Amino acid sequence: MKNNRTAIHYVRPLVLTLFGMAMLFPFIWMFATSFKQGADVFNLSLMPKHPTVLNYAKLLRNSNFPWWFANSMIVGLAVTFSVLFFDSLVGFTLSKYRFPGKRLIFLLILSTMMIPTEMLVIPWYIMSNELGWVDTYWGVMFPGLMSGFGTFLMRQFFCQVPDDLLDAGRIDGLNEFYIWSRIAMPLVLPALSALVIFSFIGNWNAFMWPLIVSNKVTMYTLPVGLSFFNGEFQSQWEMVMTGASVATIPVFIMFIIFQKQIIQGIALTGVKG
Amino acid sequence: MIRQKTASHSLELTKRRWAYTFLVVPILFYVVIRFYPTFYAFFLSTTDWDIVSKNKDFIGLENYRNLFSDALFWKTLGNTGKYVAYGLPVSLFLGFVIAYNIDRIRLGEGFFKAVYFIPYITSMVAVAWVWRWLYQPAPIGVFNKILMELELPQQKFLFSQTQAIFSILATTIWADIGFQMIIFLAGIKGISTQYYEAAEIDGAGNWDQLRYVTLPLLKPTIVFLIVTGTIRYLRIFTQVLNMSYQGEGGPLNSTKPLVLYIYDTAFRSFDMGYASAMTVVLFLIILTITLIQLRVMKSEE
Repeated sequence: MKNNRTAIHYVRPLVLTLFGMAMLFPFIWMFATSFKQGADVFNLSLMPKHPTVLNYAKLLRNSNFPWWFANSMIVGLAVTFSVLFFDSLVGFTLSKYRFPGKRLIFLLILSTMMIPTEMLVIPWYIMSNELGWVDTYWGVMFPGLMSGFGTFLMRQFFCQVPDDLLDAGRIDGLNEFYIWSRIAMPLVLPALSALVIFSFIGNWNAFMWPLIVSNKVTMYTLPVGLSFFNGEFQSQWEMVMTGASVATIPVFIMFIIFQKQIIQGIALTGVKG
Repeated sequence: MIRQKTASHSLELTKRRWAYTFLVVPILFYVVIRFYPTFYAFFLSTTDWDIVSKNKDFIGLENYRNLFSDALFWKTLGNTGKYVAYGLPVSLFLGFVIAYNIDRIRLGEGFFKAVYFIPYITSMVAVAWVWRWLYQPAPIGVFNKILMELELPQQKFLFSQTQAIFSILATTIWADIGFQMIIFLAGIKGISTQYYEAAEIDGAGNWDQLRYVTLPLLKPTIVFLIVTGTIRYLRIFTQVLNMSYQGEGGPLNSTKPLVLYIYDTAFRSFDMGYASAMTVVLFLIILTITLIQLRVMKSEE
Protein backbone atom coordinates (compact mmCIF):
# COMPACT_ATOMS: atom_id res chain seq x y z
CA MET A 1 0.00 0.00 0.00
CA LYS A 2 2.71 2.44 0.99
CA ASN A 3 4.80 1.62 -2.06
CA ASN A 4 1.75 2.08 -4.18
CA ARG A 5 1.23 5.58 -2.76
CA THR A 6 4.80 6.68 -3.35
CA ALA A 7 4.72 5.28 -6.84
CA ILE A 8 1.72 7.41 -7.77
CA HIS A 9 3.52 10.54 -6.59
CA TYR A 10 5.99 9.98 -9.39
CA VAL A 11 3.54 8.62 -11.93
CA ARG A 12 1.19 11.60 -11.90
CA PRO A 13 3.78 14.29 -12.74
CA LEU A 14 5.38 11.97 -15.28
CA VAL A 15 2.12 11.33 -17.11
CA LEU A 16 1.14 14.99 -16.92
CA THR A 17 4.53 15.95 -18.35
CA LEU A 18 4.38 13.45 -21.22
CA PHE A 19 0.84 14.43 -22.15
CA GLY A 20 1.73 18.09 -21.70
CA MET A 21 4.57 17.73 -24.17
CA ALA A 22 2.10 16.32 -26.65
CA MET A 23 -0.06 19.40 -26.05
CA LEU A 24 2.85 21.73 -26.74
CA PHE A 25 4.13 19.71 -29.71
CA PRO A 26 2.29 21.74 -32.42
CA PHE A 27 3.52 25.04 -30.96
CA ILE A 28 7.09 23.79 -30.69
CA TRP A 29 7.08 22.65 -34.32
CA MET A 30 5.49 25.90 -35.41
CA PHE A 31 8.17 28.05 -33.75
CA ALA A 32 11.02 25.77 -34.82
CA THR A 33 9.90 25.78 -38.45
CA SER A 34 9.58 29.57 -38.51
CA PHE A 35 13.38 29.67 -38.17
CA LYS A 36 14.02 27.16 -40.95
CA GLN A 37 14.55 27.60 -44.66
CA GLY A 38 15.07 25.45 -47.75
CA ALA A 39 15.71 21.75 -47.20
CA ASP A 40 15.71 22.32 -43.45
CA VAL A 41 11.92 22.68 -43.54
CA PHE A 42 11.54 19.06 -44.62
CA ASN A 43 13.97 17.80 -42.01
CA LEU A 44 12.49 15.82 -39.17
CA SER A 45 14.80 17.40 -36.59
CA LEU A 46 13.38 20.03 -34.34
CA MET A 47 16.48 22.22 -34.24
CA PRO A 48 17.07 24.15 -37.47
CA LYS A 49 20.48 23.30 -38.97
CA HIS A 50 20.89 26.86 -40.16
CA PRO A 51 18.66 29.01 -37.92
CA THR A 52 17.51 32.12 -39.74
CA VAL A 53 15.17 35.04 -39.19
CA LEU A 54 14.78 35.53 -42.95
CA ASN A 55 11.18 34.30 -42.82
CA TYR A 56 10.32 37.06 -40.40
CA ALA A 57 12.07 39.63 -42.59
CA LYS A 58 10.14 38.36 -45.61
CA LEU A 59 6.93 38.59 -43.65
CA LEU A 60 7.65 42.21 -42.84
CA ARG A 61 8.73 43.29 -46.31
CA ASN A 62 6.98 41.09 -48.86
CA SER A 63 3.55 40.61 -47.38
CA ASN A 64 0.62 42.54 -45.98
CA PHE A 65 1.36 41.15 -42.58
CA PRO A 66 2.28 44.50 -40.99
CA TRP A 67 -1.12 45.81 -42.10
CA TRP A 68 -2.95 42.86 -40.60
CA PHE A 69 -1.05 43.11 -37.37
CA ALA A 70 -1.82 46.83 -37.09
CA ASN A 71 -5.48 46.28 -38.02
CA SER A 72 -5.87 43.59 -35.36
CA MET A 73 -4.25 45.86 -32.78
CA ILE A 74 -6.44 48.84 -33.68
CA VAL A 75 -9.64 46.79 -33.69
CA GLY A 76 -8.73 44.86 -30.55
CA LEU A 77 -7.83 47.95 -28.55
CA ALA A 78 -10.77 50.08 -29.71
CA VAL A 79 -13.36 47.36 -29.08
CA THR A 80 -11.83 46.55 -25.71
CA PHE A 81 -11.96 50.20 -24.70
CA SER A 82 -15.61 50.44 -25.73
CA VAL A 83 -16.54 47.23 -23.91
CA LEU A 84 -14.70 48.40 -20.81
CA PHE A 85 -16.54 51.72 -20.82
CA PHE A 86 -20.07 50.68 -21.74
CA ASP A 87 -20.32 47.26 -20.09
CA SER A 88 -19.13 48.64 -16.76
CA LEU A 89 -21.38 51.72 -17.05
CA VAL A 90 -24.45 49.63 -17.86
CA GLY A 91 -23.53 47.03 -15.23
CA PHE A 92 -23.21 49.80 -12.68
CA THR A 93 -26.51 51.41 -13.66
CA LEU A 94 -28.34 48.10 -13.47
CA SER A 95 -26.98 47.31 -10.03
CA LYS A 96 -26.96 50.67 -8.24
CA TYR A 97 -30.05 52.62 -9.36
CA ARG A 98 -33.76 52.12 -8.93
CA PHE A 99 -35.92 53.11 -11.89
CA PRO A 100 -38.93 51.83 -13.81
CA GLY A 101 -38.02 49.30 -16.51
CA LYS A 102 -34.76 48.21 -14.87
CA ARG A 103 -35.62 44.51 -14.69
CA LEU A 104 -36.87 44.42 -18.25
CA ILE A 105 -33.75 46.12 -19.60
CA PHE A 106 -31.54 43.72 -17.66
CA LEU A 107 -33.40 40.67 -18.96
CA LEU A 108 -33.31 41.94 -22.54
CA ILE A 109 -29.56 42.56 -22.42
CA LEU A 110 -29.07 39.14 -20.82
CA SER A 111 -31.15 37.48 -23.52
CA THR A 112 -28.81 38.75 -26.25
CA MET A 113 -26.29 36.16 -25.06
CA MET A 114 -28.56 33.46 -26.47
CA ILE A 115 -28.59 34.85 -30.01
CA PRO A 116 -25.94 33.04 -32.06
CA THR A 117 -23.60 35.34 -34.01
CA GLU A 118 -24.23 33.19 -37.10
CA MET A 119 -27.79 34.49 -37.16
CA LEU A 120 -26.72 38.13 -36.93
CA VAL A 121 -23.90 38.22 -39.48
CA ILE A 122 -26.26 38.20 -42.48
CA PRO A 123 -28.25 41.28 -41.33
CA TRP A 124 -25.02 42.94 -40.18
CA TYR A 125 -23.52 42.40 -43.62
CA ILE A 126 -26.58 43.82 -45.39
CA MET A 127 -26.48 46.79 -43.04
CA SER A 128 -22.76 47.35 -43.65
CA ASN A 129 -23.28 47.06 -47.38
CA GLU A 130 -26.00 49.69 -47.44
CA LEU A 131 -24.24 52.09 -45.09
CA GLY A 132 -20.80 51.78 -46.68
CA TRP A 133 -19.20 50.09 -43.67
CA VAL A 134 -17.60 47.26 -45.67
CA ASP A 135 -13.79 47.55 -45.60
CA THR A 136 -13.74 50.03 -42.72
CA TYR A 137 -12.53 49.67 -39.14
CA TRP A 138 -15.96 50.67 -37.92
CA GLY A 139 -17.44 47.80 -39.94
CA VAL A 140 -15.21 45.25 -38.23
CA MET A 141 -15.79 46.77 -34.81
CA PHE A 142 -19.43 47.78 -34.49
CA PRO A 143 -20.95 44.37 -33.59
CA GLY A 144 -18.67 43.97 -30.59
CA LEU A 145 -18.81 47.43 -29.03
CA MET A 146 -20.90 46.15 -26.11
CA SER A 147 -21.59 42.67 -24.80
CA GLY A 148 -24.35 41.10 -22.75
CA PHE A 149 -21.78 38.88 -21.07
CA GLY A 150 -19.56 41.79 -19.97
CA THR A 151 -22.55 43.73 -18.69
CA PHE A 152 -23.70 40.73 -16.67
CA LEU A 153 -20.21 40.20 -15.26
CA MET A 154 -19.82 43.84 -14.23
CA ARG A 155 -23.29 43.98 -12.69
CA GLN A 156 -22.45 41.02 -10.46
CA PHE A 157 -19.33 42.79 -9.22
CA PHE A 158 -20.92 46.20 -8.71
CA CYS A 159 -23.64 44.55 -6.61
CA GLN A 160 -20.92 43.77 -4.04
CA VAL A 161 -19.84 47.43 -3.75
CA PRO A 162 -21.40 48.94 -0.59
CA ASP A 163 -23.82 51.83 -1.20
CA ASP A 164 -22.34 53.79 1.74
CA LEU A 165 -19.16 54.46 -0.22
CA LEU A 166 -21.15 55.90 -3.11
CA ASP A 167 -23.34 57.99 -0.78
CA ALA A 168 -20.21 59.45 0.80
CA GLY A 169 -19.28 60.77 -2.62
CA ARG A 170 -22.78 62.18 -3.11
CA ILE A 171 -22.51 64.10 0.17
CA ASP A 172 -19.27 65.59 -1.15
CA GLY A 173 -21.29 66.85 -4.10
CA LEU A 174 -19.89 64.56 -6.82
CA ASN A 175 -22.19 63.88 -9.75
CA GLU A 176 -23.17 60.33 -10.68
CA PHE A 177 -20.68 60.07 -13.53
CA TYR A 178 -17.85 60.80 -11.11
CA ILE A 179 -19.29 58.40 -8.55
CA TRP A 180 -19.16 55.65 -11.17
CA SER A 181 -15.77 56.50 -12.65
CA ARG A 182 -13.85 57.64 -9.55
CA ILE A 183 -15.37 55.68 -6.68
CA ALA A 184 -17.03 52.53 -8.02
CA MET A 185 -14.64 51.61 -10.87
CA PRO A 186 -11.46 51.35 -8.74
CA LEU A 187 -13.32 48.98 -6.41
CA VAL A 188 -13.89 46.39 -9.16
CA LEU A 189 -10.43 46.39 -10.72
CA PRO A 190 -10.04 42.57 -10.76
CA ALA A 191 -13.27 42.22 -12.75
CA LEU A 192 -12.22 45.03 -15.09
CA SER A 193 -8.88 43.41 -15.80
CA ALA A 194 -10.60 40.10 -16.56
CA LEU A 195 -12.99 41.91 -18.91
CA VAL A 196 -10.14 43.71 -20.70
CA ILE A 197 -8.12 40.53 -21.19
CA PHE A 198 -11.03 38.43 -22.48
CA SER A 199 -12.24 41.18 -24.73
CA PHE A 200 -8.84 41.75 -26.28
CA ILE A 201 -8.03 38.07 -26.78
CA GLY A 202 -11.52 37.39 -28.13
CA ASN A 203 -11.23 40.17 -30.68
CA TRP A 204 -7.64 39.32 -31.57
CA ASN A 205 -8.73 35.79 -32.46
CA ALA A 206 -12.14 36.69 -33.99
CA PHE A 207 -12.54 35.22 -37.47
CA MET A 208 -16.02 34.93 -38.96
CA TRP A 209 -17.23 38.52 -38.92
CA PRO A 210 -13.91 40.15 -39.94
CA LEU A 211 -13.75 37.62 -42.80
CA ILE A 212 -17.21 38.63 -43.99
CA VAL A 213 -16.87 42.39 -43.72
CA SER A 214 -13.39 42.84 -45.22
CA ASN A 215 -12.72 42.42 -48.94
CA LYS A 216 -9.65 44.62 -49.33
CA VAL A 217 -6.44 42.77 -48.43
CA THR A 218 -5.13 45.74 -46.48
CA MET A 219 -8.26 45.73 -44.28
CA TYR A 220 -7.89 42.10 -43.15
CA THR A 221 -7.27 41.34 -39.50
CA LEU A 222 -4.52 38.85 -38.64
CA PRO A 223 -6.68 35.69 -38.58
CA VAL A 224 -8.33 36.61 -41.89
CA GLY A 225 -4.98 37.36 -43.52
CA LEU A 226 -3.55 34.14 -42.17
CA SER A 227 -6.40 32.11 -43.61
CA PHE A 228 -5.50 33.30 -47.15
CA PHE A 229 -1.78 33.21 -46.50
CA ASN A 230 -1.00 29.78 -47.86
CA GLY A 231 -2.33 30.70 -51.29
CA GLU A 232 -0.40 33.95 -51.34
CA PHE A 233 2.89 32.23 -50.56
CA GLN A 234 2.23 29.19 -52.76
CA SER A 235 2.39 26.61 -50.01
CA GLN A 236 5.63 27.76 -48.44
CA TRP A 237 4.82 26.17 -45.13
CA GLU A 238 7.68 27.84 -43.28
CA MET A 239 6.04 31.19 -44.12
CA VAL A 240 2.67 29.96 -42.86
CA MET A 241 4.33 28.85 -39.62
CA THR A 242 6.04 32.22 -39.30
CA GLY A 243 2.69 33.97 -39.73
CA ALA A 244 1.04 31.65 -37.23
CA SER A 245 3.86 32.34 -34.77
CA VAL A 246 3.38 36.09 -35.03
CA ALA A 247 -0.38 35.67 -34.54
CA THR A 248 0.10 33.64 -31.37
CA ILE A 249 2.96 35.59 -29.75
CA PRO A 250 0.88 38.54 -28.40
CA VAL A 251 -1.56 36.12 -26.76
CA PHE A 252 1.34 34.10 -25.30
CA ILE A 253 2.84 37.27 -23.83
CA MET A 254 -0.51 38.37 -22.41
CA PHE A 255 -0.99 34.93 -20.96
CA ILE A 256 2.40 34.90 -19.26
CA ILE A 257 1.79 38.32 -17.71
CA PHE A 258 -1.87 37.84 -16.73
CA GLN A 259 -1.95 34.08 -16.21
CA LYS A 260 -3.53 34.34 -12.77
CA GLN A 261 -6.25 36.77 -13.81
CA ILE A 262 -7.06 34.80 -16.96
CA ILE A 263 -7.40 31.45 -15.21
CA GLN A 264 -9.32 32.95 -12.30
CA GLY A 265 -11.56 34.86 -14.68
CA ILE A 266 -12.35 31.74 -16.73
CA ALA A 267 -13.07 29.74 -13.60
CA LEU A 268 -15.21 32.55 -12.24
CA THR A 269 -17.32 33.16 -15.30
CA GLY A 270 -16.92 30.03 -17.30
CA VAL A 271 -16.97 31.98 -20.54
CA LYS A 272 -14.30 33.12 -22.96
CA GLY A 273 -15.58 36.51 -23.99
CA MET B 1 -38.88 66.77 8.26
CA ILE B 2 -40.90 67.59 5.18
CA ARG B 3 -37.99 69.45 3.66
CA GLN B 4 -35.77 66.45 4.21
CA LYS B 5 -38.28 64.21 2.49
CA THR B 6 -38.53 66.39 -0.59
CA ALA B 7 -34.76 66.69 -0.64
CA SER B 8 -34.31 62.92 -0.70
CA HIS B 9 -37.11 62.66 -3.24
CA SER B 10 -35.41 65.09 -5.58
CA LEU B 11 -32.13 63.21 -5.09
CA GLU B 12 -33.92 60.03 -6.18
CA LEU B 13 -35.21 61.82 -9.26
CA THR B 14 -31.75 63.12 -10.13
CA LYS B 15 -30.32 59.64 -9.79
CA ARG B 16 -33.08 58.24 -11.97
CA ARG B 17 -32.32 60.84 -14.64
CA TRP B 18 -28.65 59.86 -14.55
CA ALA B 19 -29.55 56.20 -14.86
CA TYR B 20 -31.59 56.80 -18.01
CA THR B 21 -28.84 59.03 -19.41
CA PHE B 22 -26.31 56.24 -18.91
CA LEU B 23 -28.58 53.80 -20.73
CA VAL B 24 -29.51 55.83 -23.82
CA VAL B 25 -26.60 54.79 -26.06
CA PRO B 26 -26.48 51.15 -24.86
CA ILE B 27 -30.22 50.67 -25.39
CA LEU B 28 -29.87 52.11 -28.87
CA PHE B 29 -26.99 49.71 -29.51
CA TYR B 30 -28.84 46.61 -28.33
CA VAL B 31 -31.95 47.51 -30.31
CA VAL B 32 -30.14 48.31 -33.57
CA ILE B 33 -27.25 45.80 -33.46
CA ARG B 34 -28.86 42.85 -31.65
CA PHE B 35 -32.68 42.81 -31.67
CA TYR B 36 -33.40 44.38 -35.04
CA PRO B 37 -30.97 42.01 -36.85
CA THR B 38 -32.54 39.02 -35.04
CA PHE B 39 -36.01 39.93 -36.31
CA TYR B 40 -34.55 40.79 -39.69
CA ALA B 41 -33.04 37.29 -39.94
CA PHE B 42 -36.49 35.79 -39.27
CA PHE B 43 -37.95 38.09 -41.93
CA LEU B 44 -35.24 37.26 -44.49
CA SER B 45 -35.87 33.55 -43.95
CA THR B 46 -39.30 34.06 -45.54
CA THR B 47 -37.88 35.68 -48.69
CA ASP B 48 -35.85 34.51 -51.66
CA TRP B 49 -33.52 37.51 -51.58
CA ASP B 50 -30.14 37.14 -53.30
CA ILE B 51 -28.64 40.57 -52.40
CA VAL B 52 -28.46 41.64 -56.08
CA SER B 53 -32.17 42.02 -56.83
CA LYS B 54 -34.01 45.07 -55.56
CA ASN B 55 -37.08 43.47 -54.03
CA LYS B 56 -37.22 40.83 -51.39
CA ASP B 57 -40.06 38.54 -52.47
CA PHE B 58 -42.10 36.96 -49.70
CA ILE B 59 -42.24 33.21 -50.21
CA GLY B 60 -43.59 32.14 -46.82
CA LEU B 61 -42.15 28.92 -45.46
CA GLU B 62 -40.77 27.71 -48.76
CA ASN B 63 -37.13 28.02 -47.61
CA TYR B 64 -37.93 25.76 -44.68
CA ARG B 65 -39.73 23.31 -46.93
CA ASN B 66 -36.70 23.26 -49.23
CA LEU B 67 -34.45 22.58 -46.27
CA PHE B 68 -36.32 19.34 -45.62
CA SER B 69 -35.48 18.00 -49.06
CA ASP B 70 -31.94 19.43 -49.17
CA ALA B 71 -29.57 16.47 -48.86
CA LEU B 72 -26.62 18.76 -48.13
CA PHE B 73 -28.49 20.37 -45.24
CA TRP B 74 -29.05 16.97 -43.63
CA LYS B 75 -25.48 15.95 -44.40
CA THR B 76 -24.05 19.05 -42.69
CA LEU B 77 -26.47 18.70 -39.80
CA GLY B 78 -25.27 15.11 -39.43
CA ASN B 79 -21.63 16.23 -39.53
CA THR B 80 -22.36 18.83 -36.85
CA GLY B 81 -23.93 16.04 -34.79
CA LYS B 82 -20.73 14.02 -35.22
CA TYR B 83 -18.60 16.93 -33.99
CA VAL B 84 -20.78 17.20 -30.88
CA ALA B 85 -21.14 13.46 -30.26
CA TYR B 86 -17.44 12.57 -30.65
CA GLY B 87 -15.74 15.81 -29.68
CA LEU B 88 -17.55 16.80 -26.52
CA PRO B 89 -17.35 13.52 -24.54
CA VAL B 90 -13.65 13.07 -25.35
CA SER B 91 -12.69 16.62 -24.41
CA LEU B 92 -14.82 16.40 -21.24
CA PHE B 93 -13.19 13.12 -20.25
CA LEU B 94 -9.64 14.29 -20.92
CA GLY B 95 -10.32 17.66 -19.27
CA PHE B 96 -11.54 15.90 -16.16
CA VAL B 97 -8.68 13.39 -15.98
CA ILE B 98 -6.12 16.18 -16.32
CA ALA B 99 -7.84 18.43 -13.76
CA TYR B 100 -8.15 15.54 -11.30
CA ASN B 101 -4.46 14.75 -11.58
CA ILE B 102 -3.28 18.36 -11.50
CA ASP B 103 -5.24 18.76 -8.27
CA ARG B 104 -3.33 15.86 -6.76
CA ILE B 105 0.26 16.75 -7.50
CA ARG B 106 2.39 18.63 -4.99
CA LEU B 107 4.51 20.68 -7.33
CA GLY B 108 4.02 22.52 -10.61
CA GLU B 109 0.25 23.04 -10.54
CA GLY B 110 0.53 26.48 -12.13
CA PHE B 111 2.92 25.21 -14.79
CA PHE B 112 0.71 22.32 -15.87
CA LYS B 113 -2.38 24.52 -15.88
CA ALA B 114 -0.59 26.89 -18.26
CA VAL B 115 0.58 24.08 -20.55
CA TYR B 116 -2.88 22.56 -20.97
CA PHE B 117 -4.70 25.85 -21.14
CA ILE B 118 -2.67 27.73 -23.73
CA PRO B 119 -4.14 26.06 -26.85
CA TYR B 120 -7.59 27.28 -25.80
CA ILE B 121 -6.72 30.97 -25.97
CA THR B 122 -4.63 30.73 -29.13
CA SER B 123 -6.04 31.89 -32.46
CA MET B 124 -8.02 29.00 -33.99
CA VAL B 125 -6.93 30.08 -37.48
CA ALA B 126 -3.27 29.86 -36.51
CA VAL B 127 -3.53 26.45 -34.86
CA ALA B 128 -5.73 25.10 -37.67
CA TRP B 129 -2.95 25.89 -40.17
CA VAL B 130 -0.28 24.40 -37.91
CA TRP B 131 -2.27 21.16 -37.66
CA ARG B 132 -3.06 21.21 -41.38
CA TRP B 133 0.65 21.26 -41.99
CA LEU B 134 1.31 18.45 -39.47
CA TYR B 135 -1.28 16.32 -41.32
CA GLN B 136 0.24 16.78 -44.81
CA PRO B 137 1.59 13.79 -46.75
CA ALA B 138 5.33 13.11 -46.54
CA PRO B 139 7.77 14.78 -47.07
CA ILE B 140 5.91 17.85 -45.77
CA GLY B 141 3.74 16.60 -42.94
CA VAL B 142 5.44 15.81 -39.64
CA PHE B 143 3.02 13.03 -38.63
CA ASN B 144 3.56 11.09 -41.83
CA LYS B 145 7.32 11.57 -41.61
CA ILE B 146 7.24 10.14 -38.09
CA LEU B 147 5.15 7.20 -39.36
CA MET B 148 7.72 6.71 -42.10
CA GLU B 149 10.59 6.63 -39.60
CA LEU B 150 8.68 4.05 -37.57
CA GLU B 151 8.04 2.11 -40.80
CA LEU B 152 4.29 2.37 -40.34
CA PRO B 153 1.85 2.88 -43.24
CA GLN B 154 1.27 6.46 -44.43
CA GLN B 155 -2.09 8.06 -43.60
CA LYS B 156 -4.17 10.42 -45.76
CA PHE B 157 -5.62 12.34 -42.79
CA LEU B 158 -7.31 15.49 -44.22
CA PHE B 159 -7.45 14.01 -47.73
CA SER B 160 -9.46 10.98 -46.69
CA GLN B 161 -13.24 10.96 -46.60
CA THR B 162 -13.25 8.83 -43.48
CA GLN B 163 -10.26 10.29 -41.59
CA ALA B 164 -10.69 14.00 -42.28
CA ILE B 165 -13.48 14.66 -39.79
CA PHE B 166 -11.55 12.86 -37.05
CA SER B 167 -8.39 14.75 -37.91
CA ILE B 168 -10.25 18.05 -37.50
CA LEU B 169 -11.85 16.69 -34.32
CA ALA B 170 -8.41 15.93 -32.86
CA THR B 171 -7.40 19.57 -33.38
CA THR B 172 -10.67 20.79 -31.89
CA ILE B 173 -10.40 18.57 -28.82
CA TRP B 174 -6.75 19.58 -28.37
CA ALA B 175 -7.80 23.25 -28.33
CA ASP B 176 -10.80 22.61 -26.09
CA ILE B 177 -9.31 20.49 -23.27
CA GLY B 178 -7.90 23.54 -21.46
CA PHE B 179 -11.30 25.12 -20.95
CA GLN B 180 -12.86 21.93 -19.57
CA MET B 181 -9.81 21.41 -17.35
CA ILE B 182 -9.94 24.90 -15.77
CA ILE B 183 -13.66 24.66 -15.00
CA PHE B 184 -13.31 21.12 -13.62
CA LEU B 185 -10.38 22.20 -11.49
CA ALA B 186 -12.39 25.09 -10.02
CA GLY B 187 -15.20 22.63 -9.28
CA ILE B 188 -12.87 20.09 -7.66
CA LYS B 189 -11.24 22.78 -5.51
CA GLY B 190 -14.72 23.87 -4.38
CA ILE B 191 -15.44 20.50 -2.76
CA SER B 192 -14.90 20.68 1.00
CA THR B 193 -12.18 18.35 2.32
CA GLN B 194 -14.64 17.24 5.02
CA TYR B 195 -16.40 15.01 2.49
CA TYR B 196 -13.14 13.23 1.70
CA GLU B 197 -12.23 12.91 5.37
CA ALA B 198 -15.62 11.37 6.10
CA ALA B 199 -15.23 9.01 3.15
CA GLU B 200 -11.76 8.01 4.34
CA ILE B 201 -13.09 7.19 7.80
CA ASP B 202 -15.64 4.95 6.11
CA GLY B 203 -12.73 3.19 4.47
CA ALA B 204 -13.27 4.49 0.94
CA GLY B 205 -10.19 4.29 -1.29
CA ASN B 206 -9.20 6.74 -4.01
CA TRP B 207 -11.46 5.11 -6.56
CA ASP B 208 -14.51 5.08 -4.28
CA GLN B 209 -13.91 8.69 -3.27
CA LEU B 210 -13.83 9.67 -6.93
CA ARG B 211 -17.01 7.74 -7.64
CA TYR B 212 -19.09 8.59 -4.58
CA VAL B 213 -17.77 12.03 -3.57
CA THR B 214 -16.04 13.91 -6.39
CA LEU B 215 -18.24 13.05 -9.36
CA PRO B 216 -21.66 13.46 -7.67
CA LEU B 217 -20.62 16.80 -6.19
CA LEU B 218 -19.39 17.96 -9.59
CA LYS B 219 -22.80 17.50 -11.16
CA PRO B 220 -23.55 21.24 -11.59
CA THR B 221 -20.11 21.71 -13.18
CA ILE B 222 -20.73 18.81 -15.53
CA VAL B 223 -24.16 20.13 -16.54
CA PHE B 224 -22.66 23.55 -17.25
CA LEU B 225 -19.83 22.07 -19.33
CA ILE B 226 -22.12 19.79 -21.32
CA VAL B 227 -24.44 22.68 -22.24
CA THR B 228 -21.77 25.25 -23.10
CA GLY B 229 -19.75 22.56 -24.86
CA THR B 230 -22.69 21.38 -26.96
CA ILE B 231 -23.27 24.95 -28.12
CA ARG B 232 -19.56 25.45 -28.86
CA TYR B 233 -19.34 22.24 -30.93
CA LEU B 234 -22.63 23.02 -32.72
CA ARG B 235 -21.08 26.27 -33.94
CA ILE B 236 -17.87 24.69 -35.29
CA PHE B 237 -16.68 26.67 -38.32
CA THR B 238 -13.23 28.26 -38.22
CA GLN B 239 -11.14 25.09 -38.02
CA VAL B 240 -13.06 23.37 -40.83
CA LEU B 241 -12.82 26.37 -43.15
CA ASN B 242 -9.09 26.59 -42.53
CA MET B 243 -8.25 22.89 -42.60
CA SER B 244 -10.16 21.73 -45.67
CA TYR B 245 -9.12 22.31 -49.28
CA GLN B 246 -10.31 25.79 -50.35
CA GLY B 247 -12.39 25.96 -47.20
CA GLU B 248 -15.04 23.71 -48.71
CA GLY B 249 -15.51 21.29 -45.85
CA GLY B 250 -14.33 18.42 -48.01
CA PRO B 251 -13.34 15.93 -49.18
CA LEU B 252 -16.85 15.64 -50.67
CA ASN B 253 -18.48 17.59 -47.81
CA SER B 254 -17.44 14.90 -45.35
CA THR B 255 -16.29 17.51 -42.80
CA LYS B 256 -18.69 20.35 -43.61
CA PRO B 257 -20.63 21.51 -40.53
CA LEU B 258 -23.93 23.41 -40.62
CA VAL B 259 -22.33 26.80 -39.97
CA LEU B 260 -19.96 26.41 -42.91
CA TYR B 261 -22.94 25.54 -45.13
CA ILE B 262 -24.67 28.69 -43.86
CA TYR B 263 -21.56 30.73 -44.63
CA ASP B 264 -21.30 29.25 -48.14
CA THR B 265 -24.95 29.87 -48.87
CA ALA B 266 -24.88 33.45 -47.63
CA PHE B 267 -21.45 34.70 -48.65
CA ARG B 268 -20.37 32.50 -51.55
CA SER B 269 -23.77 31.99 -53.26
CA PHE B 270 -25.45 35.09 -51.76
CA ASP B 271 -28.71 33.21 -51.17
CA MET B 272 -29.53 35.31 -48.10
CA GLY B 273 -33.08 34.03 -47.61
CA TYR B 274 -32.14 30.35 -47.61
CA ALA B 275 -29.10 30.97 -45.37
CA SER B 276 -31.27 32.91 -42.92
CA ALA B 277 -33.69 30.00 -42.69
CA MET B 278 -30.76 27.79 -41.67
CA THR B 279 -29.62 30.28 -39.04
CA VAL B 280 -33.14 30.22 -37.61
CA VAL B 281 -32.88 26.42 -37.31
CA LEU B 282 -29.53 26.79 -35.54
CA PHE B 283 -31.01 29.42 -33.24
CA LEU B 284 -33.91 27.13 -32.31
CA ILE B 285 -31.55 24.24 -31.54
CA ILE B 286 -29.41 26.45 -29.28
CA LEU B 287 -32.50 27.92 -27.63
CA THR B 288 -33.83 24.44 -26.84
CA ILE B 289 -30.53 23.41 -25.26
CA THR B 290 -30.40 26.59 -23.18
CA LEU B 291 -33.96 26.07 -21.95
CA ILE B 292 -33.20 22.46 -21.01
CA GLN B 293 -30.20 23.71 -19.03
CA LEU B 294 -32.34 26.23 -17.13
CA ARG B 295 -34.84 23.43 -16.41
CA VAL B 296 -32.15 21.07 -15.12
CA MET B 297 -30.53 23.74 -12.97
CA LYS B 298 -33.86 24.70 -11.48
CA SER B 299 -34.70 21.12 -10.56
CA GLU B 300 -31.26 20.85 -8.92
CA GLU B 301 -32.19 23.66 -6.56
